Amino acid sequence: MLYYIAQQTINAIQLGSIYALIALGYSMVYGVLVMINFAHSDLFMLGAFACLLLATMLPVQLPFVVILLLVMAIIGLLGALIERVAYRPLRGAPRVSAIITALGCGLVIQNTTLSLSPYPKYMPELFNSRTLTFSGLTITTLQILIIGISFGLMVALDFLIRKTRYGMAMRAISFDVRTVPLMGIPVNRIISLTFLVGAGLGGAAGMLYGLAYPQISSGIGILIGWKAFIAAVIGGIGSIRGAVLGGFLLGLVEVMAVAFTDSSYRDLIAYSLLLLILVFKPYGLLGQAPNQKV
Amino acid sequence: MRAFFESLGRSRMALPILVVLGFAFCVACEFLPIINTYTKGVLIMVGINIILCASLNLVNGYMGEFSVGHAGFMALGAYASAVMTIKWLPASVFELPLAVLFGGTVAAAIGFLLALLSFKTRGDYLAIITLAFLMIVKSAVENIEYLGGPRGMTPPVLTNLPWAFFWVVVTLWIIRNLVYSKFGRAITAIREDEIAANAMGVRVREAKILAFSTSAFFGGVAGALYAQVNFFIDPKSFDIVRSTEILVMVYLGGVASLAGSILGAVIFTLLFQALQDLGTWRMVVMPLILVLLMIFRPRGIMGMKELPWFLPKRELFTKRQP
Amino acid sequence: MSALLEIDNVTKRFGGLCAISKCNVRVMEGHAHGIIGPNGAGKTTLFNLITGIYKPTEGDIRFRGESIAGLRPGRIALKGIGRTFQNIRLCKNLTVLDNVRIAFDSQLHYSPLEAMLRLPRLGRDERRSIDESMKLLEPFGLTPHAHAVAGDMSYGLQRKLEIARALALKPRLLLLDEPAAGLNTGETAALTEFLRWVKSEFQVTLVLIEHHMHLVMNLCDRITVLDFGQTIAEGTPAEIRENPRVIDAYLGGTEVEQG
Repeated sequence: MLYYIAQQTINAIQLGSIYALIALGYSMVYGVLVMINFAHSDLFMLGAFACLLLATMLPVQLPFVVILLLVMAIIGLLGALIERVAYRPLRGAPRVSAIITALGCGLVIQNTTLSLSPYPKYMPELFNSRTLTFSGLTITTLQILIIGISFGLMVALDFLIRKTRYGMAMRAISFDVRTVPLMGIPVNRIISLTFLVGAGLGGAAGMLYGLAYPQISSGIGILIGWKAFIAAVIGGIGSIRGAVLGGFLLGLVEVMAVAFTDSSYRDLIAYSLLLLILVFKPYGLLGQAPNQKV
Repeated sequence: MRAFFESLGRSRMALPILVVLGFAFCVACEFLPIINTYTKGVLIMVGINIILCASLNLVNGYMGEFSVGHAGFMALGAYASAVMTIKWLPASVFELPLAVLFGGTVAAAIGFLLALLSFKTRGDYLAIITLAFLMIVKSAVENIEYLGGPRGMTPPVLTNLPWAFFWVVVTLWIIRNLVYSKFGRAITAIREDEIAANAMGVRVREAKILAFSTSAFFGGVAGALYAQVNFFIDPKSFDIVRSTEILVMVYLGGVASLAGSILGAVIFTLLFQALQDLGTWRMVVMPLILVLLMIFRPRGIMGMKELPWFLPKRELFTKRQP
Repeated sequence: MSALLEIDNVTKRFGGLCAISKCNVRVMEGHAHGIIGPNGAGKTTLFNLITGIYKPTEGDIRFRGESIAGLRPGRIALKGIGRTFQNIRLCKNLTVLDNVRIAFDSQLHYSPLEAMLRLPRLGRDERRSIDESMKLLEPFGLTPHAHAVAGDMSYGLQRKLEIARALALKPRLLLLDEPAAGLNTGETAALTEFLRWVKSEFQVTLVLIEHHMHLVMNLCDRITVLDFGQTIAEGTPAEIRENPRVIDAYLGGTEVEQG
């Protein structure tokens, strides 16, 4: 029994690290724009497809790291493009307009993918995985790679936000978007960069997801991407560390729920958890309630 | 010519006459071979969409919240009515009205619960709550064997054109009465400025409960009518795509406008039929329209304006008209 | 004469920041009561505490002898406390008339069912709400603008509408947050007379936050001076004018600025 739980925990960490990577994108955008970027989950989905295309359509077999970087760059640019085209014109509009637009953009991406690729696709093996056994517990080298890359990216992001000028500007914008331009910070460029980085992480997560669970379809945006959004809310949307915490928590809850109950209850449990968190702790575990000026 | 249309616009008799003529036409279609079955089906869908659009407009337009859960209320109404017509009720003339009322009531009860959640949360957070609600309804139905699980249910075909027309008129009449009462003003005041509304003695909680339950009730009614005409319902019929369709209608026709709701539903349904050949690309076009609307005309065609026909007489000179 | 509003040892902390600390104010029925103090003294916070937007961290607030601390804002308004806001909060997309009707609606008693089914009482009540709201617009010079959209009107008219709307609630106590902001000297004098008229016509007790010393000294029966969230003086205008602490903390600086 204990072995079973420990084994499931390894699976939970793998799923959780993917959730966390996606959740970071949600949280970063919410941090600077106070807006839920519903399209983010579909960018994650596109990350998996971009990886598939890069791995199968090119005449040469690219090295793993190059594919990863290319996927991040493509999806990152796409994220920044969406912001430029669809969100920026609505910056001054009521907040509801921005949510609607984001939802619409997500559905456009999702259904375009569905129309181009109606049936699920299979990700080729990019990495020769071996199974390691430690006193009864098994872990694949692929799992180690996925968890390792996720952690690497999270540490890099943490460094970016805490130690660089870009990170400082980003934190300044999330603190007070109106006074920041007065200090000579180029708000639009910082916001574009935020989308670039957030979407890039989402794209990386899509690729890692495809490696871990090779069947990919246009539906994984809703299936996995929106779950990551739940993770961001659980951690406290807008909070970077909260997103990571929420990702791992949700991964744990889901894997355990599947391990001990019927797997068809997975969505039901995840969304009920979201509802409970929103009702009893609306700003999540690490989030802060916004100050309302009267 | 113009003077004629203007006097027609202001005439207090035009709307009642139109309603009677419309109903007579619907009854005639039922018994005489005036239009074919396909056209009849499209007209019924127009009616169901008007009900969906007007009822969602109460929350998204008049109250200014953003609910993406309307398909969830539709699902509740559809399944509740299907259970009635398939399992509980014997076939009779009362079968449909009872099933529809039951569908609406079940949806309204859940709408009431959602309203309680809206006391503390609003804006994007409330939008997420409605999203979670939609997902929970969908995956709950998938897990309930009694409701057919993922395989769905096959209710009898009971909805006909006169019934659809009847419910459209009832929906619009009740929502219109509500909107042009102190409750409607309270709902609008919440959209404009909730803090000020509170300071003006608006009973904010009562207004939210009323808006959410009424909206949910008619969402359920539409779902019930849909279930009894479509021959087949499954959890997938009520997913986020369905909600998006209703949102497109609301923001296309115009927020906080009943005339806009009718316009939005009619344009949308006809467009939807015209684009039949596009297959899944249709689900690309619809959200794309929504995005373009938000960028270029966020209030829709009739946003916050109303045809004089829909205004109660006493309000005729107190409101903005197109 | 009895105290209509008693603020009793109220403290409000936001995190570590103490916006109001052990504040005491007694507002007598029928008075015009001024609240003055430098910017950031906690005046608007005090209004937000009275109207229930914030809950006091400590202390009690009583209205007509009954504690209202911790009640929801809507309940407090219905008990008879109307207010205006420093940065005008109107329903900008609605007509002037509808803005007033929203506040007047608290006096209509029909039920949701009567509204939905359009039963007779609805028509009667609605007629009354239109007529009485129109009547209320008149002294404010808003009658010609009754069907204008509130957000399109000039700043001055919007301020007036906000007062009219607050009065439609039929309040016993009216809280005015800087009613003279943005007005010139002549307009301020007119506003002083107008508020005096409002006070007697509507039988309402006034509490006002104001920086225009002329208005405060002319209109108010009593004045409370706040500084750093604390009451530093309370008394008649004459007493306040003589109070060395007040002159030190507030009046001295301001009069130089205005002079």
